[in-house]
Amino acid sequence: MFNSSFDAIVPMVCVILAALTVMGAEAFRARDEDMPLGGLGIVGLAGAAATSALLWNRNATSFGVIVADNFGLFVTLVLVIVGVLTIMFSSPVVRRDGLPKGEYYALVLFAVAGMIMMATANDLLVVFIALEILSLAVYVLTGIRRDDPRATEGAFKYFLLGAFSSAFFLYGIAFTYGLSGSTRLDRIGAYLSAQSMSDNPLILVAMGLLLVGFAFKISAVPFHMWTPDAYEGAPAVVTGFMSTGVKAAAFAAFTRVFLSALEPFSADWAPMVWALAAATMILGTVVGVAQSNLKRMLAYSSIAHGGYLLVGLVAANQVGKAAILFYLLAYAVTNLAAFGVIALLGAREDANDELRDYAGLWHTRPALAALMTVCLLSLGGLPPTAGFIGKWYIFSAAVSAGYYGLAIIGVLTSVVSVFFYLRVVVMMYMADRDGSLAVPARVSGVGMAALVASIILILYLGILPTRAIGFAAESIATIF
Amino acid sequence: MNVRLLTLSWLVPIAGALILLLIGNADGRRDGFIRWLSLGVSLATLAVTLGLWAGFDPASADFQFVERRPWIPAFGIDYFVGVDGISLFLVVLTGFLTPIALLSSWGSIDRKVKEFSIFMLALEAAMIGVFVSLDLFLFYVFWDAMLVPMYFLIGIWGYDQRIYAAIKFMLYTMAGSVLMLIAILGLAYLHSAATGTYTFDLLRLYTLDIAPQTQMWFFLAFTVAFAIKVPLFPFHTWLPDAHVQAPTAGSVILAGVLLKMGTYGLLRFSFPLFPQAAAYFAPWLALLAVIGIIYGALVAMVQPDMKKLVAYSSVSHLGFVVLGICAMNTQGVQGAIYQMLAHGVSTGGLFLLVGMLSDRRHTRLISEFGGLKDVMPRLTAAFMVITLASIGLPGLNGFVGEFLIMLGAFRWDPRFVVAAGLGVILSAVYMLWMLQRVYYGPVTHEENATLPDLQPREWAAVLPLCAIAILMGIFPTLFLKPMEASVDALVQRVQATQTLQAENTVGQRAKGKGQIEIARAAK
Repeated sequence: MFNSSFDAIVPMVCVILAALTVMGAEAFRARDEDMPLGGLGIVGLAGAAATSALLWNRNATSFGVIVADNFGLFVTLVLVIVGVLTIMFSSPVVRRDGLPKGEYYALVLFAVAGMIMMATANDLLVVFIALEILSLAVYVLTGIRRDDPRATEGAFKYFLLGAFSSAFFLYGIAFTYGLSGSTRLDRIGAYLSAQSMSDNPLILVAMGLLLVGFAFKISAVPFHMWTPDAYEGAPAVVTGFMSTGVKAAAFAAFTRVFLSALEPFSADWAPMVWALAAATMILGTVVGVAQSNLKRMLAYSSIAHGGYLLVGLVAANQVGKAAILFYLLAYAVTNLAAFGVIALLGAREDANDELRDYAGLWHTRPALAALMTVCLLSLGGLPPTAGFIGKWYIFSAAVSAGYYGLAIIGVLTSVVSVFFYLRVVVMMYMADRDGSLAVPARVSGVGMAALVASIILILYLGILPTRAIGFAAESIATIF
Repeated sequence: MNVRLLTLSWLVPIAGALILLLIGNADGRRDGFIRWLSLGVSLATLAVTLGLWAGFDPASADFQFVERRPWIPAFGIDYFVGVDGISLFLVVLTGFLTPIALLSSWGSIDRKVKEFSIFMLALEAAMIGVFVSLDLFLFYVFWDAMLVPMYFLIGIWGYDQRIYAAIKFMLYTMAGSVLMLIAILGLAYLHSAATGTYTFDLLRLYTLDIAPQTQMWFFLAFTVAFAIKVPLFPFHTWLPDAHVQAPTAGSVILAGVLLKMGTYGLLRFSFPLFPQAAAYFAPWLALLAVIGIIYGALVAMVQPDMKKLVAYSSVSHLGFVVLGICAMNTQGVQGAIYQMLAHGVSTGGLFLLVGMLSDRRHTRLISEFGGLKDVMPRLTAAFMVITLASIGLPGLNGFVGEFLIMLGAFRWDPRFVVAAGLGVILSAVYMLWMLQRVYYGPVTHEENATLPDLQPREWAAVLPLCAIAILMGIFPTLFLKPMEASVDALVQRVQATQTLQAENTVGQRAKGKGQIEIARAAK
């Protein structure tokens, strides 16, 4: 590589270039010309993955505000996987639903670029900019089916509440700047730990505001109100993208800010995050039980999974930090694959996302039913899947930090969550076929390939997690 | 030993399941081939488990056929397996019952045969994995993984209320086992706090010195998980549903093997890991066990449904096993293990035979039958043997276990034996009463007059069970000898730790009966 101060932003630039190319191609595309725009995006993402691999263990920094440390690179790789899978799942959906192809892929890529930026940002203002880049793209993606009132409603809610939370976050940055004189995370950390600030109420205000801002983005209870509507309104594949990519990026920044700059005050924020985690896990699962729409159910499930990730943050030890990374990877692949199944089964006229639409799916599409089952078992945390190892990792962090209460809440809610995941399995395997799901005549090859790849990854991470755990542990060794 | 028999024992069924997965059978035209193939795979597994028995050194109390390789080194998780005298026969039992269960399903399972066979083989692999794991993490993986195939077996191929029963089974078991997960993590953490390294190695965790208060919590977390599985009164309510709704093969495996995972867990984990807490809680567990013995028997007596009757009889019989474990002396524990095997054979057999009746008449109500002995004398004979075995007639398998348990429990606390003895009498009442109502007297329903007797395929399933029931009754030493050394070692480990800790904690009242004697001696 060049060994210049640009190194750290190379992965992000790869994705941005791909996005710009897609936009340009769209502009010069003839009306009915079919261009492999998704493939272009995958090339850009592959570039990002390759350059991230080259940057591994080098701790490159660009301009002091973007750091490509292993932590950021690990999340970048997760985001690349999310991006690639999203594009693969999208390709049949875009054609089927008649979505504007160029805009769609460009927005996905810009969102991924923003996410990568957020994961590698070392400055609160850059975190904010990244947050805005990805949020704007995702707002539009949520409402990309303009003629669907549910999509419009979801996008509008998401936009209003998102803007609101951005204000909180910005306010938090302002307070932090006022206290420490910098927006750079390393300087904030150094300054705050040098001064004895623990009795300064302003630091609590600053932390609280930042916490609220992040909590909105990861849809932690009680800041989750936008989630079910936005998730239900968006096309399934976009929902999968939002619930994994946005969450991964926001968690990366959340972890970085709270475990580096605000680490000295963990005694103050840990109880707050504890309460958030407990509330998120409990509400996410309990309300999830009552859902009859599959997308809405998975929306609540993704809220609950945010709660499990928060447990890792509360634990705040070496195990916990690595566990967050592993869990992000496991969760991202699993959740995206589950939404992928929904997307592949949808039709233009009918999204087919009600629970009863899945009745007897086993008889008509046995392979899809089996793959969906693996996803659901992984989400429920049953062996031998990635979700099991992830949960085990998170809870072992909680136990080794002495948070037995949180661990117990976590495992009990995961049993409750198994109940609603099983409802889908019951529908697919044990209910009689009533013909409500108009099964698409053929399932797209690209989508199927993405699905099979995800399932292989889920099982690989569940059976042989050693390498991934090793990478996760290595990732947190360089910072914090 | 070059051949990795233990790995083979669970890998063979998994491999079989994967091969089945690749066979296309959308229209059911390869059903016959798939049946034979899965039977072959399960017989191969049986051969492997018999190989374990043949190569087992009965004089040694150590784990044998040990295999160990790092799995997740960062947390000291190993792929670590081995069998001793306690687990050996449970593995053999699993290998023995699976082909029988598969055979029993040849007539009754006629849709989605391929998927059925896959789930059966996956289930077998997970069950064997549970019994051979010596790493707590590995154990938990198998323990939880086992739920999935069983859930599908009940939910897809079961009777009317199958979905309710399947979900109840899954959630009940999971709710117990996740708390055990926390305790497992806590143990690994305690080990790392004491020695600086994480480990899930059971043998190293045995040597860990755990504070009494912590032991109490961990013991409870483990024991509730196992008590649900056993199922110990009052955690038994999932069992009648699951048993009654499961297809015959599922019931056979459920009663024959799955329930033993609970009692095995008590023996392998709860008692030796937390001996002091075990001493404290043993009388209470025994009390629940005795309540279960009598309650199960009384409820079984009034069941109109044969399958439900047999299900409640399991609650009663497993109570004996728990009682023997709580006694924690050689006779009690040997009896408990023997009773686990005997119950596996005889209750497995009962479910099998009830299933055959149910296949013929599509009802399991006792009142729908009567006078079958003239219609189907062979089935009646087999049913009689298995029934008497289940009651515990001397010369058959049930007697040895119950006798040893009572002997062991008597040395510990005779009061429990008095109550448990009542259970023995009651078991004769409900079993013989059912036998009489179903098989004797005149033929009360016309439909029953033309029922076919045992078919060759059914003979193949029933005969081995009867033979083993008689063999276990006549030559108990064949089975008792290999377990002796391991059982002695277990009892000594538990009691030695209890004694040591009782001496260390001066002034603390020793609650376990065994310890009261020690305390008296100390005075």
